[in-house]
Amino acid sequence: MASSRTSLRSLAQAPRRLYSGAPTPAAKLNLPIDYKTTPILHHTSSSLSNTSDYPAGATSKRLNLYQAINSALRTALSKSDRTIVFGEDVGFGGVFRCSMDLQTEFGSDRVFNTPLTEQGIAGFAIGAAAEGMKPIAEIQFADYVFPAFDQIVNEAAKFRYREGATGINVGGLVIRMPCGAVGHGALYHSQSPESLFAHIPGLRVVMPRSPAQAKGLLLSSIFEHNDPVVFMEPKILYRAAVEYVPNEYYTIPLSKAEIIKPGNDLTIISYGQPLYMCSSAISAIEKTMPGVNVELIDLRTIYPWDRQTVINSVKKTGRAIVVHESMINYGVGAEVASTIQESAFLRLEAPVKRVAGWSTHTGLSYEKFILPDIARIYDAIKQTLEY
Amino acid sequence: MASSGIHTRIADLSQVVYREIRVVIFRYQEYGEYTVLLLKHPTTNPIHGWWTIPTDRVRETDVTIAGAMRRIILENTCLELPGDHEIRQIKPISWRIGDVVNTQLNFVIRDTSTDMVEIDRNEFVDYQWVEEERLDSLSIPRGTKEIIRQGFRFCRLRPSVPESKMSLKLLARSGLRSQPVATTRIIPARRWSSSISQRPGSDSVRFPGAVNSKFTSEMTFLKASDLPAIPTYRVMDSDGYQVDKTRSAPDVTDEEVLTWYKNMLAVSVMDVVMFEAQRQGRLSFYMVSAGEEGITVGSAAALTPDDVVFAQYREAGVFQQRGFTLKNFMSQLFANCNDTGRGRNMPVHYGQKYPRIHTISSPLATQIPQAAGAAYALKLQDLQNPNRDPRIVACYFGEGAASEGDFHAALNIAATRSCPVVFICRNNGYAISTPTLEQYRGDGIASRGVGYGIDTIRVDGNDVFAVNEAMKEARRLALSEGGRPVLIEAMSYRVSHHSTSDDSFAYRARVEVEDWKRRDNPIIRLRKWLENQGIWSEEQEKETRDEMRKAVLKEFSEAEQEKKPSLREAFSDVYEEITEEQREQMAELKRILETYPDEYDLRPYKDGINGLD
Repeated sequence: MASSRTSLRSLAQAPRRLYSGAPTPAAKLNLPIDYKTTPILHHTSSSLSNTSDYPAGATSKRLNLYQAINSALRTALSKSDRTIVFGEDVGFGGVFRCSMDLQTEFGSDRVFNTPLTEQGIAGFAIGAAAEGMKPIAEIQFADYVFPAFDQIVNEAAKFRYREGATGINVGGLVIRMPCGAVGHGALYHSQSPESLFAHIPGLRVVMPRSPAQAKGLLLSSIFEHNDPVVFMEPKILYRAAVEYVPNEYYTIPLSKAEIIKPGNDLTIISYGQPLYMCSSAISAIEKTMPGVNVELIDLRTIYPWDRQTVINSVKKTGRAIVVHESMINYGVGAEVASTIQESAFLRLEAPVKRVAGWSTHTGLSYEKFILPDIARIYDAIKQTLEY
Repeated sequence: MASSGIHTRIADLSQVVYREIRVVIFRYQEYGEYTVLLLKHPTTNPIHGWWTIPTDRVRETDVTIAGAMRRIILENTCLELPGDHEIRQIKPISWRIGDVVNTQLNFVIRDTSTDMVEIDRNEFVDYQWVEEERLDSLSIPRGTKEIIRQGFRFCRLRPSVPESKMSLKLLARSGLRSQPVATTRIIPARRWSSSISQRPGSDSVRFPGAVNSKFTSEMTFLKASDLPAIPTYRVMDSDGYQVDKTRSAPDVTDEEVLTWYKNMLAVSVMDVVMFEAQRQGRLSFYMVSAGEEGITVGSAAALTPDDVVFAQYREAGVFQQRGFTLKNFMSQLFANCNDTGRGRNMPVHYGQKYPRIHTISSPLATQIPQAAGAAYALKLQDLQNPNRDPRIVACYFGEGAASEGDFHAALNIAATRSCPVVFICRNNGYAISTPTLEQYRGDGIASRGVGYGIDTIRVDGNDVFAVNEAMKEARRLALSEGGRPVLIEAMSYRVSHHSTSDDSFAYRARVEVEDWKRRDNPIIRLRKWLENQGIWSEEQEKETRDEMRKAVLKEFSEAEQEKKPSLREAFSDVYEEITEEQREQMAELKRILETYPDEYDLRPYKDGINGLD
């Protein structure tokens, strides 16, 4: 529901008033992420072309996350007439501008506003996918996806299984939604409900960490897989994260994690925005504890997930921490930690630690204290190394 | 319940089950006369053609059970029971379904005239009687014939039913074992599942899902566009004059109207200050209600303090009218320790315990079915405690929210459960960027109400008198006949941006907005009215606005400097008690805060780090 649909653009911008306790001038860890220098993003086009995910020799340009999503949608609309893009306020470009100019370019038959009904949007998308289209539906905020839960869980996820030998499926269906906290979204503009979807076999749950990743993963979701995809976009990155993004069509495989920083002493498994905090915490620990080398893995697809990459890494390092923003209770961290424990128990030097949101709601004034931050990740690394 | 008799006042009945009554006619063997039994059953209207029994709820106007019976019989059979009918109570019965014990009051209606008439069996041509010969010889009291017709019309028996007595056939039809008639047992009221009888030669539909629909051989599709648009009720024109000079002036005192005006003005003044404050970065978010002050203030003025409100997020006027103070507004906006929401909610998500306005929830339309349920709760409580004044629920939402499934679910369930709720749709033309043309088709939100069988009116939202009068009447209707929902669609134009996060000129022309601002506005219109009445002037306007602005700024700066609630409130209220797991998390958080003191600023929080103890 567009709800107080408060947010719109401002939720993608740095909050002007800090509702949560801001770090003091003496802070060394909990500093704002410097998206201009973070190693998570490709700040030059050459660093991009050195990466296997991206097409070799492609032209690229600097885009933020919403522009990269826009580029992916434009590419998809151009590539196939079967592609349709819709959702609340999508016509004028979407509240986060992801569908900007697409209606002008591709017409209102293929890019359009829907009435304000999430279950309607999801069901409509499922029906269109079942009849051969590639619907890319937008839910305005992940917090408002719940009326569509029935359609997604009982229909999209079970479609192929139910149809059986008819072979009919909803491949090509992608439900996009901005997720995650931004500093002032409070109860209903902060949630990250990936674990609720990851519990449902039949859905692919994807969360990109950056603009270039987002474009490749989104195109892959639309064209390379015949499974319904819940595609969650960390909305704080829409404007903040800027990097070189290939101009052309390319895909990044789903259900394949990526080691974004190799290391030998400890493995951090995360996805989405917390990867930036992990990266900062790793730099800090590697400075204060010389010789320590931490490996950072981006799950990218939360389910079905790339277990082997994670298990192999932990077998190598012997220590693991899982970091995510949403609540710790029954979260993705629980699944990852128990899988590690089952598959690499004898290699473990310390208990697998989880750094995640506390088991409460995202109260406006308390966000900074509820969600993971760099200091908590740093502390977890230290404790796990010193165990 | 044995103590309840036919002259028992409905208001004195303590159990809700007696409020709803079903009429059935059968032969009461013991007395050898035809009886009307009124059975409690939650059905709202007699659905001819269903295998059900003429039925209706007891209404406030019935006063006594006897009155209810007379009325129900009259409405279902067009037969007025004259004074020579005797109504008396017979043995009540109870039955159990699972854990639920149902109780039924049984009454007998007897025609005291001795005049008997023969029934023409041809009148019952589409019923198959088991004992046709018995029917042939049947004689019944004069005047009861029509009752029997109506009653028997729904009591078709199957030849396979072995019992010979008519009353037993009724039991058999329900699938229950037959019972001795003399016990006067009757089956629990229920919807019959047997097939429908379509009377040969009948001119109207008798399918379960349609009522009194005539057959036609002309194939016509109803076109929404062919129907006349639902009119918009207004009292005052845009120049502040009463439209219909022949009617009496609005039934409010000058003093009341001035209060409304000041409340509308207060919201508007606060909006200007807070919108600007957000632009300066002193507030993370704000939503103004420009153009909708008339709807919120005018409707809230028709409520009693005991009524309960569910709102969306653009109803500051409802809060203002119901006594929410500037300090309350500012405390919430700055999420400080005086905020009843404990600093947890985004700005404008106000809440008040009494007069109750449930704390605003961002998800759209979720409050609408809740309002129906809350209204049902009030209805039951007020039935159980007839000494208190009956209450309603008022539920506000926008036309965009009316696209959510929750809206449709709410109207349907409120109608079927006869909930005393007034739904107020603020149709301001936009849901963020989406204009109504892309939001819905058909005649606005009002037409939805009619579709759900709900009394509906459309009003001019810029006319505070029209809104207020409609709300007063809606409130009365909502409490009449045992409770029913009402829908008000109040038309306005969102002259503001959706929120501080929105720049609406990206999707609509500035000139369109300016045009609306200039052409019509609830505040300007009421001001003109007041000036026409000679009870408001330019000086008063200026003085009042200045005072209000000063008051807002004063509370603003006080609230801004107030401490935030304690960190404990991050964890409290998730459950009634903080859980063991949360307690451990609070301890861990405290350890982190102590280990890395430079990384956190605890100064704004009440009790600092000790808040986590």
